[in-house]
Amino acid sequence: MSEEMYKQMAQCIIDGDSDIAIELAKKSIELKMHPLETITKGFVIGVNYIGDQFGLGEAFLPELVMAGEAMKAAVAVLEPELLKLGEAREMLGRVVLATVEGDIHEIGKTLVGTMLSASGFEVVDLGVDQPADKIIGKALEINANLIGMSALLTTTMVRQREVIEELDKEGLRPRIKVMVGGAPITRDWVTKIKADGYSEDAIGAVKVAKDLVGKGDQ
Amino acid sequence: MSYKNIKTISNPKLKLEVLTQDEVKKIHEATLQIIEKVGVRFPSKRALEIWEANGAEVDHEKKIVRVKPHIIEDAIKKAPPAYKLAARDPQQDLQLDGNHVNLGTDGCGVEVIDINTGEKRTSCLQDVRDIARIADATEEVAFHWVAVSAQDTPVEARGLHELKAVWENSTKHVQTESVYNVEEAKAAIEMAALIVGGRDKLRERPVLSLMQCTAPPLGHDGGSLDAALLAAEVGIPTGFMTMAACATTGPTTMAGNLAVGNAEVIAGTALLQLAYPGAPVFYAAAQTASDLKTGAYTGGGPEDFLFGAATNILADFYNIPLSMGSFATGAKEPNWQAGLEGSLSTFMASVVMSDMLLGCGFLHGSRIWSFAEMMMDCEIFSIVHKMMEGIVVNDETLAMESIANVGPGGHYLGQKHTRKHMRELFMPKFMDRRPYSEWETKKDDARDWAITKARKTLKEHQPDVLDENISKEMERIIKSVEK
Repeated sequence: MSEEMYKQMAQCIIDGDSDIAIELAKKSIELKMHPLETITKGFVIGVNYIGDQFGLGEAFLPELVMAGEAMKAAVAVLEPELLKLGEAREMLGRVVLATVEGDIHEIGKTLVGTMLSASGFEVVDLGVDQPADKIIGKALEINANLIGMSALLTTTMVRQREVIEELDKEGLRPRIKVMVGGAPITRDWVTKIKADGYSEDAIGAVKVAKDLVGKGDQ
Repeated sequence: MSYKNIKTISNPKLKLEVLTQDEVKKIHEATLQIIEKVGVRFPSKRALEIWEANGAEVDHEKKIVRVKPHIIEDAIKKAPPAYKLAARDPQQDLQLDGNHVNLGTDGCGVEVIDINTGEKRTSCLQDVRDIARIADATEEVAFHWVAVSAQDTPVEARGLHELKAVWENSTKHVQTESVYNVEEAKAAIEMAALIVGGRDKLRERPVLSLMQCTAPPLGHDGGSLDAALLAAEVGIPTGFMTMAACATTGPTTMAGNLAVGNAEVIAGTALLQLAYPGAPVFYAAAQTASDLKTGAYTGGGPEDFLFGAATNILADFYNIPLSMGSFATGAKEPNWQAGLEGSLSTFMASVVMSDMLLGCGFLHGSRIWSFAEMMMDCEIFSIVHKMMEGIVVNDETLAMESIANVGPGGHYLGQKHTRKHMRELFMPKFMDRRPYSEWETKKDDARDWAITKARKTLKEHQPDVLDENISKEMERIIKSVEK
């Protein structure tokens, strides 16, 4: 019975269908299936499959995003059950994401968030136009080990440096690692502002984040 | 209509009016005047006799004929406006109906960039086989020209060795531009008849078509004319191609050059109709400008692109299919110039729905074959194919539900509508859209991917074999032509 359910769970992630994902997650609770196993034996299989297909060039970005969103929807249903059991899904790391102050461009950052959370990170996305103190404050509040900052403008990318300088001043690095991204960001810039990592796209960001939290093999 | 493993452009949404109807009429009238007053050279006894029998004024010494307009006009009207180019595999028959743009390989080159070593060398029979095999597997290629010359075979039967090599490695239609004398034409027709089970079946299933070059300005080649007449007799589609080049073999001005080229093609076509009314014929052209520094035939450049669009308007006026030169480039390796000339010439010839495009694969003015260039040309054709679909506007494509779902801000990547339609977006094989860092570590590009793709196709693709007995019989026919 549960084998069949797991298959359906994987399939709804592959299909990127959040509605069915929520429905199946609720049903698993009714059937008293263990929420952690529901995630690892069911939904995660779908995420991994789409990831593999993407790597082979068979699946595309919208499919990855839809799988990520369906996964997120299912986990949101199951998380309270996990808490009740006093358990938690083992996460790769905690990430605070934001577009820096003065900048309202967010699609890249949002994609990074979707990819990271689908890959097993706990992600808090602060949104756009976020000043340094807000970003750092949130990182401290949730005990994040990673901050990701996005900027699209050459006039706002300097804010990335401000956040890093502030972190250094407070002695919060290397406890909190910093990754940056955005269209104008180059390797030279990353070196100059002493960020820990960067990626040019959302897929690459997952690998960078895993490396930065010491989970590069996962 | 869709064909097996062939991608053609059809039902276009884009349109371009490069010549008005008045301008076409002016070019037509100039053409008739050229044929009547200046004349066209037909250095073939048989051709001159046909002209004479049909009331033309024939100068036997100079081999020039002058023809009254009504004779030309009446003859051209007998040409069928649409017919098919048959293929060994009937699922790959091509309709020349004005609603399909079919890409062929280019021809006929003399050197090849070796697919394995990357070195440039003299072309040989094995190259003809390899190119045919890759073209067979490549959906953008709808039919073959003989791409390169099999220079390791005897001259007198070379065109036949080449034909056999293509037929043995592909089921798609073969158009040869390399058979231009009576002996070879007779043998080629016999070979084609073997495939369809008899000479009398060729009219219904012409698995072979012939392209003959004119000899501009205002001339034809004798062997070509006789070969074309033989083909027309059995219903093998035949076309005359003008390559009149502004300032050398044609007038400098484009309109004048069009008129000269048109006179060559139309006079040749009329000859075939006078001899065999209703014979399938096509218009063929690869006009261009000459380079003012060297006098060279440029094959490329803005004049070339405009000719590409203008010629189909003329062919449409005469209501016969067109085979149009495109992808011509003077570039010495696959580079900026090759991409530019390939793209614009192909777009311009396609937007007016030229029935056949010649063709993919060449560098250096159709002399050097490059497998990488062939693959990249095919991608250009695919891009033009996509562009010709235009923009479809309806309730589904306006995506109103999706727009409401996303609202201001956010993104469309998670929408079901996106998933449903995303594969309609063009997915390039050879365009570099990677992150810079990825390029930086590999430093590779389209040329590397294209040659890899060609090598893989050559290694893996197994075409449907030609019946062994037919092969043997073709071999016998070829031997009988060899001295």
